[in-house]
Amino acid sequence: MRTLARRLVTIVPTLFGVVIVTFLLTRVLPGDPAAYFAGPTADQASIEQIRTALGLDRPLPVQFAAYVRDLATGNLGNALSTGQPVLSELATRLPASAELTLGALILSMAVAIPLGILAAVREGSLIDHACRVVTTAGVSLPVFFTGLLFVYLFYYLLGWAPAPVGRLDVYLSEPPRITGFLTLDSLLAGDLEVVRAALAQLALPAATLALFSLAPIARMTRASMLSVLSSEFVRTARAAGLKPRTVVLTYAFRNAMLPVVTTLGMVFSFLLGANVLVEKVFAWPGIGSFAVEALIQSDYAPVQGFVLAMALLYVALNLAIDLIYGLIDPRVRLDA
Amino acid sequence: MGALLDVKGLTVEFATRRGTVQAVKRVDLEVARGETVGIVGESGSGKSVTSYAVMRILDRAGRIADGSVAFSGLDLRAADERGMSDLRGREISMIFQNPRMALNPIRKVGRQIEDVLRRHAIAGSMDARARTIAMLEQVRIANPEERYHAYPFELSGGMCQRIVIALALACRPQLLIADEPTTGLDVTTQKAVMDLVTELTRARGMATILITHDLGLAATYCDRVVVMRQGEVVETAPAAQVFAAPQDPYTRRLMRATPRPGATLRGLLPEGTPAPPAMRAPVAGAGAPLLRVEGLVKEYPRQGTSRTWRQILGGGAPADAAPFRAVDGLSFEIRRGESLGLVGESGCGKSTTSMMVMRLTDPTAGRIVLGEDDIGAIPARRFAASPHRRRIQMVFQDPTDSLNPRFTALRAIADPLMRMGGLKGRDAIRARCEALAELVGLPLDLLDRFPHQLSGGQKARVGIARAIALEPELVILDEPTAALDVSVQAVVLNLLEDLKSKLGMSYLFVSHDLHVVRLLCDRVIVMRQGRIVEAGSAEAVLEAPQAAYTRELIAAIPHPPAGGKAVRASESVADARDPSAG
Repeated sequence: MRTLARRLVTIVPTLFGVVIVTFLLTRVLPGDPAAYFAGPTADQASIEQIRTALGLDRPLPVQFAAYVRDLATGNLGNALSTGQPVLSELATRLPASAELTLGALILSMAVAIPLGILAAVREGSLIDHACRVVTTAGVSLPVFFTGLLFVYLFYYLLGWAPAPVGRLDVYLSEPPRITGFLTLDSLLAGDLEVVRAALAQLALPAATLALFSLAPIARMTRASMLSVLSSEFVRTARAAGLKPRTVVLTYAFRNAMLPVVTTLGMVFSFLLGANVLVEKVFAWPGIGSFAVEALIQSDYAPVQGFVLAMALLYVALNLAIDLIYGLIDPRVRLDA
Repeated sequence: MGALLDVKGLTVEFATRRGTVQAVKRVDLEVARGETVGIVGESGSGKSVTSYAVMRILDRAGRIADGSVAFSGLDLRAADERGMSDLRGREISMIFQNPRMALNPIRKVGRQIEDVLRRHAIAGSMDARARTIAMLEQVRIANPEERYHAYPFELSGGMCQRIVIALALACRPQLLIADEPTTGLDVTTQKAVMDLVTELTRARGMATILITHDLGLAATYCDRVVVMRQGEVVETAPAAQVFAAPQDPYTRRLMRATPRPGATLRGLLPEGTPAPPAMRAPVAGAGAPLLRVEGLVKEYPRQGTSRTWRQILGGGAPADAAPFRAVDGLSFEIRRGESLGLVGESGCGKSTTSMMVMRLTDPTAGRIVLGEDDIGAIPARRFAASPHRRRIQMVFQDPTDSLNPRFTALRAIADPLMRMGGLKGRDAIRARCEALAELVGLPLDLLDRFPHQLSGGQKARVGIARAIALEPELVILDEPTAALDVSVQAVVLNLLEDLKSKLGMSYLFVSHDLHVVRLLCDRVIVMRQGRIVEAGSAEAVLEAPQAAYTRELIAAIPHPPAGGKAVRASESVADARDPSAG
């Protein structure tokens, strides 16, 4: 608990930095929101009027103070394009992205980690080469391509998958919102039909993303396992006659997990931001496509909200990884 | 009754990039029940590989090419992996060098012992823990219930080795293979560990193979000794005989090169080595004090949260924790042309002292005066730019790690010349480096090689050449031969002695090996817990130690030629007469 408290204190300066950066970032972006908002036919006077209305004519420190004040009250502003508060937009879209990314990550881990372990244990064997081929192929095919390929194959040709439009079949009603994760919410509501439908919608986009993220996880697992397998304590374990299974899983893999966990964190954060293409292909109402649209329209508030949400997520993620580190490795616990 | 282990014509090959290499060639080895056999050899002799082959735990590149291995009549070469895995740990087990690395760093030590017990069905889930704790007790671990939950990094090296021993002996195997079990441990710890192994194996009637580079250790603890060289057995004989009358020329050379009481520095070299001209160069102002250290103190803060964090978070560890004193009021003097030995076990503060004198760390208190200049007053951070920097240089412990892997030998030696020597021009630097290489006996054609292309001894020479490049007045030698084979150590020690008289330098020689210190040093300081326990001339301290701690240190060193078997025999007689004598 003390470690956790201490770790939480160190987050404060990070968060403060994030707030400053998000504020400044949108101010230095090209494009004038006042001009955009006024429309293409507006004259200079009406643009100026809108600028004043938005508070964009005031000096930066004043704008910043206003920004921080709004943040403290949970007011992230309104998205100019939709007119909705950014906070509520994020609240509906972030879980959608998170569900997709998490699903992809779990799928990817389920394949990549056993693959990496096998490749390391049987270094140079057929499975090692197969692992290399699969991961290289996965990372070298662009996600929109694999996404479209999957849609063509599993929806159009085979008809196994539902139509790639959004998170849930339009004829089904959404379960009551608890976590925002459709699969979890419907499961909590006990509506198995919806669970099945939500999973079916999730399968293809998650598989697309998972294929892309196989490579770093499998490669890192393999490399880390190889170095641990050649270490002296593994030799001791073998010399003591422990079963190969115990040696590989209990002794080697737990030690090899630290770099893998780090990689997982990195992969997760990078998937979360980079799955715009997958969201577009599968009409997934996620946060990535939302942010890109806002950016194109020079819409400050949603971009700020997006960057802030992402930064918070990364911070939380890093905290979680640090805590997992401590669980795995007692040495980290000591000097945390 | 046949031998417990019978190895015949064992040949082990390794597939390397340059083709197949035979690491072990037609080795015959026999171990009877209850017997202790030592395998002695220098690095690359194939002594460890032989034991890995017996256990069939060679790494992927290695394979047994020829020969037979029989254990209790069972053909181990023909056994399948499953059968071998049943045998390992239960019938044959191993202990390794570097005990801390030999244990799973993130598993409680008790659990690791339990794993072995349960694997071989010696204990079930009900009694595994009790048996583990009993085992910890047997290897003399205090508070075994508490230590059961410890992780390896929380234990000292000696304790970790006890855990490894407990792990190896937990299933009462018939044969124990100890691969350099005490390398890297202090002499007193070494003695404790070896005595423990001997006692436990003898009580169980176990046979032991002791693999070591240390002839003295093998002599003290083995019945028979097998001497290996470059993958071949050169001599097999009862321990006492090997040391009293070594037959093979290689064994004889090895014997000579081992520092021991009564040996001289020149005596370490192979017979017939021409003695270098005894030239005591006129050392300017010899005998005048060069370095004066007064009341040197180094404190480190106790581990834990820093004060700032404690204030922010409140509570935390109480501020009671007085800082840890690594060096506690040390005063000594080194005269010009003199070698001072700094001896002690790990953690005694000798390395901290040498780092402070070297001006790499700042002392908490005290003065360091070189000649007339108070160099202790110059912060370590700025000392690199000080004109005094070139007056003190250092030879580091690990000849490999202390060389930049991307620098050639020439570049490594040239480094101080370019930074501080004020030498300009490629040719001038090259000429100076070649002169230095000649001085340290490094063949000139090796100057363009990288560290990984040099042998341990050659790397040591590069390190020495680099240290003397600027003709320093004081050279700090931090265990310069600890990582070297004895024969190479003999040559390097002689080289250091020659250089000292040739260049009129003074040495501060930091070591844990009293014999080596006696050979090279005029005076010795014995340290313990940051303080001087005893100081005096090397002869006096080693021949007639005053302090109890020094006596303990000296007694812990295994003494070779007195006759291994003889010592053991008299010991067992004493045991029989008086049980408390052990």
